[in-house]
Amino acid sequence: MPPLGITPSQTVGPYFTIVLGQEGQSIVAGPGVPGTRIRVEGHVFDGDRSPIDDALIDVWQANAAGRYRHPVDTRDELPLDDGFTGSGAAATAFQTGLWTFDTIKPGAVPDPNGGMQAPHLNVVVQARGMLMPSFTRVYFSDDVEQHAGDLILSMVPPARRHTLIATLTTPGGEGDAPVYLFDIKFQGDDETVFFDL
Amino acid sequence: MTRASEAFEAKMYEDHPPFSYPAYRSTAKRARTNPMISITHTLSELTGPNPGSNAHDPTAGWLEVTDADADLTTNAGTGSEAIGSRTSVVGRVTDVHGTPIPGALIEIWQANACGRYRHFRETAFPAPLDPNFLGAGRCITDAVGEYRFLTIRPGPYPWGNHPNAWRPAHIHLSLFGTAWPARLVTQFYFEGDPLLALDPIFNSVAAHSRHRLVALYAHDVTEENFALGYRFDIVLNGPAATPSDAHAHSPAAGR
Ligand SMILES: [Fe+3]
Repeated sequence: MPPLGITPSQTVGPYFTIVLGQEGQSIVAGPGVPGTRIRVEGHVFDGDRSPIDDALIDVWQANAAGRYRHPVDTRDELPLDDGFTGSGAAATAFQTGLWTFDTIKPGAVPDPNGGMQAPHLNVVVQARGMLMPSFTRVYFSDDVEQHAGDLILSMVPPARRHTLIATLTTPGGEGDAPVYLFDIKFQGDDETVFFDL
Repeated sequence: MTRASEAFEAKMYEDHPPFSYPAYRSTAKRARTNPMISITHTLSELTGPNPGSNAHDPTAGWLEVTDADADLTTNAGTGSEAIGSRTSVVGRVTDVHGTPIPGALIEIWQANACGRYRHFRETAFPAPLDPNFLGAGRCITDAVGEYRFLTIRPGPYPWGNHPNAWRPAHIHLSLFGTAWPARLVTQFYFEGDPLLALDPIFNSVAAHSRHRLVALYAHDVTEENFALGYRFDIVLNGPAATPSDAHAHSPAAGR
């Protein structure tokens, strides 16, 4: 038992956009950052499948080489990219409830057993009416082969894995990034998988 | 639930609120219902946004945080001060083993002295806005994990959860710890507020850990002829201790 008591979580409430999830923070990678440009967007749905239009989404990802900008990732043989922290935040839009990240597709990241994890974004969802953060991951529908060997997906019951996979809805074209859709669902038959972190 | 890897401390759910808490009505449709899935901690979980410690790295793209951001009485930039009871809040950010977390970005937001937020969603409460108060602040913990904000004491405000419901005075805060699982968004309250006993959000936390959300009056922080002082320490989840680490940190942990 650790000696100090943890500070408990409380809801982010409806007014967090005073500081968090401000415009600009949803651009995880600007134009100069190496990698394949993608847009990832989606909704957060409640138990009635109504869009939650006051949710905060935080994202954390590796760069195109699969490296995290963090002291624990000591793989100096892989590059860090100027202007790319790997983190972003977005508030779901008033009424439509849509959130959007403009970023680059992350590279594969190793797992502790010597395998490679499929490209993924790490995501936390919070909102008014949520007392605790909900952690999930976004994988990409065109990486099916890599999903078969992904350690974390292997820990998820097969029938629920699809809730972690963003669907390619608009292929990339001339100067346009491909768009992936990732709806996050609370409650119901196809509730998104959330992780105990 | 067991983990293949215990590199980061398991979350102490019993010290946090539940996902669903009927007295806080809007949790009913917004709480997850399937059990969470326990996973091995990989590099994705052992790293995380580190905005404070990278703030001085011009290649990283973090926003710049200046000392002025931590003074909510003047950071509206109007040249005039916010109205209200000046309040200094100081504290220390550590992990559960008492290891200080330097360079942590703390972001706060709050209502003004009348209990009114400067936010487009606030339309129901007929209290005045203060043109000299934004209600937003940022600071970065120093080398020993200490932080300090100067603000005005926020007012209580009504909300629609139940008849005549009022939130106790509180300040919202957000921080990233040393890795992704430590992400914390919470609210802290002020010692002695009679509304605490009536607030379902505060009382959603188990009785044994509720007091950890209450800032205590600290006369040593109070500045003569200027501002009242409060102390609010923050403890985040952190790397699991090896037996020797636990021994090394235990004496410092008693406070
Ligand atoms: Fe509030």
